[in-house]
Amino acid sequence: MTGAQDRVPEARILEFEIPSDVQFIERVVEAVRAECRRLRYPERHLTLNVPVALTEAISNAILRGNDRSRDKSVRVWASVDQLRLIVEVADEGERFDLWACAVDPTTPDRLMAEDGRGLFLMLRLMDQVEHVHRQDGNVVRMVLNRAS
Amino acid sequence: MSFTITKQGDISVVEIDGQLIVANRQDLKQMMLDALDGGARKLLVDFTKTGYIDSSGLGVLVSLSKKIREQGGELRLAALNDDLRTLFELTKLDTLFQIADSREQALASF
Repeated sequence: MTGAQDRVPEARILEFEIPSDVQFIERVVEAVRAECRRLRYPERHLTLNVPVALTEAISNAILRGNDRSRDKSVRVWASVDQLRLIVEVADEGERFDLWACAVDPTTPDRLMAEDGRGLFLMLRLMDQVEHVHRQDGNVVRMVLNRAS
Repeated sequence: MSFTITKQGDISVVEIDGQLIVANRQDLKQMMLDALDGGARKLLVDFTKTGYIDSSGLGVLVSLSKKIREQGGELRLAALNDDLRTLFELTKLDTLFQIADSREQALASF
């Protein structure tokens, strides 16, 4: 029989809609981090995996998906529970091929490039990364297992 | 998030307080290019107070490294915490930069 001290915090769903402006990224990241902290995710998830991968995904949605268009928003949906963080980042842009960006930036010919590391980091910091194009835009879905 | 630049002898030391990400990397770039235009040739970025860096932050450091080298100077880094070290190791940028454990070590190495 469990007592009050054994009660497990419930999962939370977070939803945001932000303009296509990179200045709004950090507040979304901080809110998701706070939920992960509440559910006692490993410190490294709070200081590295979540902030970097989520910043990359939202940044891509703003800069590539929505092309920084003032008419378009980015929606972020996050579910945080004892097992995993699931985040979906949706833009309102034309279909783009996320996996075309999946180049290895560590090769000698790309090491000095100024870009090309975003998706690479998302793939290494999250346990799953998926991309779909829906009628109203692109969605990138990422999963981070709390135990990983 | 803020950047400060100070001089220690002929070395310009830049501190990043907070995150280095897409929203502020242009500010860092401009500050350091201004220092370069002002004659600075030894530049050190001190990450003691830095939280996290995204890919655009890494990219701006690569860009600055190239520009500084073109002007006959050098950019070095110091005081990366474990998370930042991981980012540099994952992207193999730890092979591109000279990285010291502390500001003092970096200053002594110039």
